Order: sequence, then C-alpha cells, then structure tokens
Amino acid sequence: MSRVAAVLLQTLLAVALAPALTGFIRWLKARLQGRRGAPPWQPYFELRKLFAKEAVMSHTASWIFTATPFVVFGTSVAVASLVPLVLAPTDRFIVGDLFAVVYLLLLGTFFLALGGLDTGSPFGGMGASREMTVVALTEPTVALSIVALALNAGSTNFSQIVGRTIADPVTALGPGHLLAFAALFVVTLAETGRLPVDNPSTHLELTMIHEAMILEYSGPYLALIEWGSSLKLLLFFALAANLFMPWGLALSFAPAALAVGLLSVVLKLAILATAVAVFETRIAKLRLFRVPELLSASFVLALLAVVSTFLAGQTP
Amino acid sequence: MSAVTSALELMAGGYAAGALLPLAMPSPRAARLATAAGAVAGSAGGLLAGALVLATGTPVAAAFPGLVSAAGGIAIGLDRLGALFLALTAAVSLLAAIYGASYTAEYDGRRSLGAFGFTFNLFLLGMALVPCAANVFTFLLAWELMALSSYFLVMTDSARVETREAGLWYIAMTHFGFVLLLPMFLLMAPSADLTTFADLRAGAAALSPGVRNVVFLLALLAFGSKAGIVPLHVWLPRAHPAAPSHVSALMSGVMIKLGIYGLIRVAFDFMPGGPVWWGGVLLAAGCMSALLGVLYALMEHDLKRLLAYHSVENIGIILIGLGAGAVLQRFGLGALAAIGFAGALFHTVNHASFKALLFFGAGGVIQQTHTANMEELGGLIKRMPHTALYFLVGSAAIAALPPLNGFASEWLVFQSLLAGTHIPRPEIAIGFPLAVGMLALTGGLAAACFVKAFGITFLAMPRSEHAARAGEPPWSMRLPMLVLAAACLVLGVASPVVVRGLLVIGESVPGLSAHGAVQAPRFWLTVPGSPTQVSPLMIAALLGAIVVVAAVVLRMRGLALRRADTWGCGRIGQTPRMEYTASAFAEPLRRVFSELYRPAEDLSISAHPESRYFVRTITYTSHVVPWFERAFYDPLIRGTRAVATRVRRLQAGSIHLYLLYVATALVLALVSAWWLQ
Repeated sequence: MSRVAAVLLQTLLAVALAPALTGFIRWLKARLQGRRGAPPWQPYFELRKLFAKEAVMSHTASWIFTATPFVVFGTSVAVASLVPLVLAPTDRFIVGDLFAVVYLLLLGTFFLALGGLDTGSPFGGMGASREMTVVALTEPTVALSIVALALNAGSTNFSQIVGRTIADPVTALGPGHLLAFAALFVVTLAETGRLPVDNPSTHLELTMIHEAMILEYSGPYLALIEWGSSLKLLLFFALAANLFMPWGLALSFAPAALAVGLLSVVLKLAILATAVAVFETRIAKLRLFRVPELLSASFVLALLAVVSTFLAGQTP
Repeated sequence: MSAVTSALELMAGGYAAGALLPLAMPSPRAARLATAAGAVAGSAGGLLAGALVLATGTPVAAAFPGLVSAAGGIAIGLDRLGALFLALTAAVSLLAAIYGASYTAEYDGRRSLGAFGFTFNLFLLGMALVPCAANVFTFLLAWELMALSSYFLVMTDSARVETREAGLWYIAMTHFGFVLLLPMFLLMAPSADLTTFADLRAGAAALSPGVRNVVFLLALLAFGSKAGIVPLHVWLPRAHPAAPSHVSALMSGVMIKLGIYGLIRVAFDFMPGGPVWWGGVLLAAGCMSALLGVLYALMEHDLKRLLAYHSVENIGIILIGLGAGAVLQRFGLGALAAIGFAGALFHTVNHASFKALLFFGAGGVIQQTHTANMEELGGLIKRMPHTALYFLVGSAAIAALPPLNGFASEWLVFQSLLAGTHIPRPEIAIGFPLAVGMLALTGGLAAACFVKAFGITFLAMPRSEHAARAGEPPWSMRLPMLVLAAACLVLGVASPVVVRGLLVIGESVPGLSAHGAVQAPRFWLTVPGSPTQVSPLMIAALLGAIVVVAAVVLRMRGLALRRADTWGCGRIGQTPRMEYTASAFAEPLRRVFSELYRPAEDLSISAHPESRYFVRTITYTSHVVPWFERAFYDPLIRGTRAVATRVRRLQAGSIHLYLLYVATALVLALVSAWWLQ
C-alpha cells in the first residue's frame, strides 16, 4: 500500500511543482535580460484566474475541442506517475516503460493538434501542422536515446535504468551517456516548445507553433492545457536529470532517503531550468525550415551515443 | 474434428450460395441481400472453423483427390497458423458483407449487382481457401481465384480511366507474383506427384543451401508483391482506392496479409532456420516499406489512397517484427525472437482491424459526399458523429497511441529490436538501433498523417456543398465500424492475453518456435529475461481516471461556456477558404523531405492586362511521383512497349504466315524431343 501512496504522492508533487518551474524559468530569463519580471509563483495566480473565468468556444468547434484539454492534462499526469522523480519504485506499480511515456505524450500532442484544427482558424491549422512536423522529426532521436540508455541497463524499465547507472557511475560519464543526454536535451527543447524551435513568450503568428495551436482556448480549458504543458516540461527535465544523473534519487521508503531525493530533484530541476533560461537568453529562434537541421543533428548525436555505448559494451 | 469439417462445409456452401443466388434475383435490392446473406453465412462458417482449430489446437485435414486428380486433387488442411489467418479473413469478411449490403445500393440499376455478388463471394471464398490449402494445386487455385475475382471487383467502376489503369497495374503485378510462385513450389517439390505441403516440407529440408536461398528470394518477391513490400507495392495505392470501399477494406485489411501468410508458410514453416541474411533482408525491406509508405501517405489528399499507402507502412512494421525475430533466433535468442514474431502476428491482426475500420469510415464519407478528396471535405464530425468517432479510434490505433491495439503490437516490435543489441556480432547488432530510429520516425509521421486525415476530413467547416449536406450512413454500415472500433480497444487493453495466444501459434510453426522458452503473464506485456513491462489495461484505467476526475472537478466548480466566432484578426464572418488545407498541413514535411519527393510544381498567374499588380487568377498545381516509379517502372513499361511493338510484326494477319509458324513450331518440338532423348 505504501508503494501506491508513494507513486501517488510523487505524481501529485510533480503536478503541484510544474507551474513553479515554468515561472522560475520566466523569472530568471527576465532577470538575465535586465527586466524585473513576474515572481516565479506567478503561474499559480494565472491558473487560478483562468479556472475562474468563463470559456469561449468557437461555433465551428466540436466535442474534440472540449475533450482535448482533458486528454492533454490526463496524458501529462499519467506520464508523471511513470517517471522517477523523488524515488524510483522497483515493482509493478509503474504501469509502463520509456516507450509508454513517449507514446502517451504523443497521444496528448495528437489531440492538441486536432484541437487546433477544430476551430477552422488558420492559426490553429498552422500550429497543428508545425507541431506534428516537429514532433515526428524528434521521435527517432527520442527512440535512439532510449536505446542508448537501455543498452547499459538491458531494459527500458525506469528503475532498471536508474539502478544500473547508480551501481556503475563510470558509465554515466562515458561518451555514450553524455551524447545521449545532449540529444535528449535538444529534443526537450523541441518537444516542450522552447527556443530555438518555438518561442514560448510570443503570440506573433509567423513564429509560433504551440501558441498557435491553443490560440482559441480560454478559461478553464486553457488552464488545463497550460498546466499540462508545464507538467510536460517538468517531466522532460526529470527524465533528463534522473535517467542520466540519478544520484540522490531515493531507492527505498526510508524518510531520510526520501528527503534527499526531494532535495536533489529540486536542485537538479533548478540547474536544468537555469541552463534553459541562459540558453534562451543567448540564442534567437531558428527559422522553421532550419529546425529539421537541428533535429537531425540531435539524431546524429543520439546515433553516436548508441554506437559508442555499444562499442564500450563490446570491448570488455 | 467433424465440427470443424462441417464449419468448413458451411463456409464453402455459404460462399457458393452467395455467389449463385444473386444471379437469379429479380431486383437489385434482392441481389444485394442475397450477396450479403451468403457471405455472412460463409464467413460465419470460416470464423467458426478457425476459432475451433485455434481453441483445440488440433489440425484438421481433408482431401478430395478425385477433384482435378491430374493436378494432385484438392487438399484442405488447417493448422494453428492457417486457422489464425482464416479466422481473421472470415471476421473481416463478415463485417464487410454486412457493410456492403447497403454500400452497394448506389449501384442499383447502374450495374449488375448479380455479377458483383458473384465475384464478391468468389473473392471471399478464394481468400478463405488460401490459409486452408494443403497442397500446391489448391493453394494456387485459391490464390488465383482471389487475385482474379478481386481484379473484377477493382474494375467495378470501369467507366473511369483511373480505374482501368489501376486494374492493369493490379493484374500485371499480381501475375508477376504468380509467375514466381510456380518455380518456387517446383523447387521445393521432391517430385511431380508429391505436392502436398507435407511433401514440400520434407523436400525443402533436403535442398542445398543455394537452392533454399533461391526459394526464399522467390517467396519474398512473389508474396511481397501481394503484400505490397516497397518497391513491389505500386499496384496498391492505385487498386485499393479504385475498388468499392468494403472491397478496399478486404484487400487492405486481409488480402495483403495473405502475402504475409505465404511468406511465413514458406520461409518459416517449410524452411525453418534460414541463414542470418534472410532475417536481415526482411528487416531492411520492412524498414524501407514502413518509412516510404508513410512518407508517400503524407503527400496524398485522397482519403483512400492515403489509407492504401498506410497499408504499405504497416506491412513494413510486420516485416520488421518477422525480420528481427528471424535474426535473433539465428543467434540463439529464441525467447526474444518470439517477442518479435508475436509482435508481427499481433500487428497483422491489429492492422486488419483498424485498416478495415478506416476504409469503412472512408466509404461512409464517400457514400455521403461522393468524394474522397480531403480538400473538399471538412466539418463531417457534426453531420456524421458516429462515423467520425469510429474513424478517430481507428486513426489513434494506427498511430500506435496507447491504450489501443496498435500501441501494443508496436511496443513488442520495438522491444524485439532493442533485444538486437544482445547479438554478439557488432556489425549486425548495430543495424537494430537504426531500425529503431526508422520505426520511431514512421510512428511520428503516421501520427502527423492521421491528424491530417481526421482533422481535415472531419473537423472545422465543410469545404464543399457535398460535405455540408452529408448525413450519417445507415446502421448496417455503422455497425461493422462499431464492432471494429471496439475490437481496437479490446485488442489493446487485453493485449497480454492475445499475445499469450499468439505465442502458442508461434510455437506450432517450426521457424517461429521458441521451444517453450516464453511464459507470458496475463496482465502485462513483458520481455523475457528483463524487467521491462507495460500494461495497456492499467494505462487505460489511469488515463480514464484522471480525465474523469478533472472533468468532474471542473463541472462541480461550474463551467461557464460561451459560444462565439473563431477569432479572425478582426474580420467578420469565417469561410472555409480560411481553413488550413490538407496540402498546407503536409507542406512543412514536404519541404523537409523534398530531396525524396522532388515535387513537380506549376504556378501560373494571370494578371490584368493593364497592370501586373492586379492578379485575376492564380493556379498552383503540384504532384509527387515516387522515385522508384520513375527510376524502375517507367523504363520497364517503355521497354515492354517497345518489345511488344516489335513482336506485333509477327502477327501480320496472313494465314500462310501462321501456317508457317505452326509448321516451324512442330519441327522444333520434334527436334528437341529427339535431341533430349
């Protein structure tokens, strides 16, 4: 029973923490750009405001439009229950592996794109088309990063990957691991709509992808989508942090281990968020048709990761 | 034993009645009903026979040596593998027959429905007989019956030029395959009068490795041309859209799977334990078919052509599973190989369910709007809500989204590819991660393609009058879709149970067997020897619970909803011309892969004579011709035509010349007979 409770608590923690992460990146970016910026907890106020407002729905929209926010939020929360955040459960309370995570997130994106098309607005269609293009092109990199991780662990099971890296810290500093991390980092930027693929802070129609898809959403529906998106960002960070640098992650239910796990995950998320904020301050958005080049570069990184992990595994 | 035989008799009798009765019917309506009744009875018999053999595991055999005894007689045999394919064929046939009863109503008075019913039932009979055949003659007879009757079904709309062209491609490609089948069987048969499958199995065991390789390649080409492996798939995107939709569903959902059946029968049952490169070839062909299939599907704006290209993709995924399994097995990783084989068989079943569903959905759209061109559709979700829901389920399933069935089978295929890294030979093992990358790209592109297919067809505003006036198709067309949509969900959440069954079937085929090394649990999809696991059932429960909780919480807080126009930068009134089109949706991917597509574009602008700044009309056309058609088929067709023109001179119309030919042929025959002795 305590395991179910642990998974549940960990999921709720991720859901609760997600807006703060988005807010923190925004605040830090503002600071780096010489602005004062809204405080990191601003997204909570925004969610509260949105949940209290009425929703406006287009005449042309159908039930797909109203179902989409729930599917997007639902898939993000479901994924949150699979990803190791504070602790890595070792048995069957985790209902899926890395592939399940990838395809659950794809389910959310699938509906989000349909929601964008449903209103008949050209912005929605534009966003949907671009989002699906970017997502399709990131899939091979994601899959190869999974292969690189699974090569060491012999499985796509989370606790196996985490346990293996903790048991053998040298592999975590090997070229395969680092290259796979770099590849997954690029994918994280692309999948969560960050610079240089998409600009999360603009509504300028020609540059936007994610924001164009959700342009017609308002009120509680928008709140669910925003919350789901920030949760997705947190989950990608958690994957990058805990699969490649699992130190500190609790492996048992001892209170001390859980405390260390909580502290370390907050610290790791803060480091990654800082990295993204600095990165986004330094670079400009890529032209849409340059994005495939970035993604194919990340694919090459992932392929190199697999090859070097593979050769490292073959030599001894 | 006898129950199965009577079920098979019911099958043959039902199809025969369904073929003959419509010819005698006075009205088109009666002919349609007679067609459906016979087909339903026959399919029920086939389904029963397949299910019985699958349940008991006892193979059934029956021989009628008296029928066409010169060719070896008719021999029927049904083992577990055949029963799986028979049950699959019969299940989809049953639904297609119900669907067809009202779908063919548009031919009332325009076409002979008696003749249609005759060919339709013969087609079903041919397909059902292929997995039942137990000797070469029966197999070839059933194969050719299936090919010829489906040719006539493709030609139903023969008034259209595209249909006639499609028919020509289809008949040429299918006979290319048939021509290769003959030497393949000939090489395996120990002698001219030993042609049962048991004889072939024995004969194949005695063959030298070189001859076995030739047999394998012949099987790959012959069955590959039926299954639609790239580059032998060219007939598929032509013929499937030309046929009536329930026939397309059968061709795409079942008939091409019989190519997979033939391949498994020959390469894994008759000749188990082939060399590594067999598996490698299957894997490579699978990757190429999967990726090219989905890439060309993206460029199609005809709903049925799009679906046809997706069949090429899914055949590719099946082959990836088979190929990965074959390679793994060769390196002694039998338990992991079984995952690949189970994934391939599972994907075969799954593709039959969702592809038939999608073609039924497309048929409903065509019946109601008289077009399959997505650029003229849109907004159908409000006018045909049931069809839209079913089509959405099919789209999600084919895009491998959890918890539906496509996810479960692709998960297995992915895991079998990951297992490839256990192979001790690095140069072989490194191919597997590449295949993972290609399969993942295929999955992502398939999701993009079905966002397009569903989103442009069913969402937003209608783009034409036809689409605006559409209505829901009759219940006899909706019921088969409902059944298949439910099957997509059930096969997904119950996938561990299904996989257990498929592993048992795999055990019964020598080349697919893991020798009992796999014990699959009841509620989890697992990989032997590793903690990897996934439970589609629990994913479904989890997702459902979260969505319900979120919806209930929002409802309780009181959700205020206001209806308004779509925001349009201040302009008033929204028209369908402002919507994104299917071409626009696929444009980014067309640019990304422009090296492959090399689209031909034509832009013509006519301006006002006074000033070029006043544009009157802009016409933009663009089309994509697949490169292998240009590189391979175009020269082939030109060459054939050139040879045919030369050969035509022989046929000068002079009786004296013909007598000379006959005399020369006779002399040559006599001389060669004398020389051979």
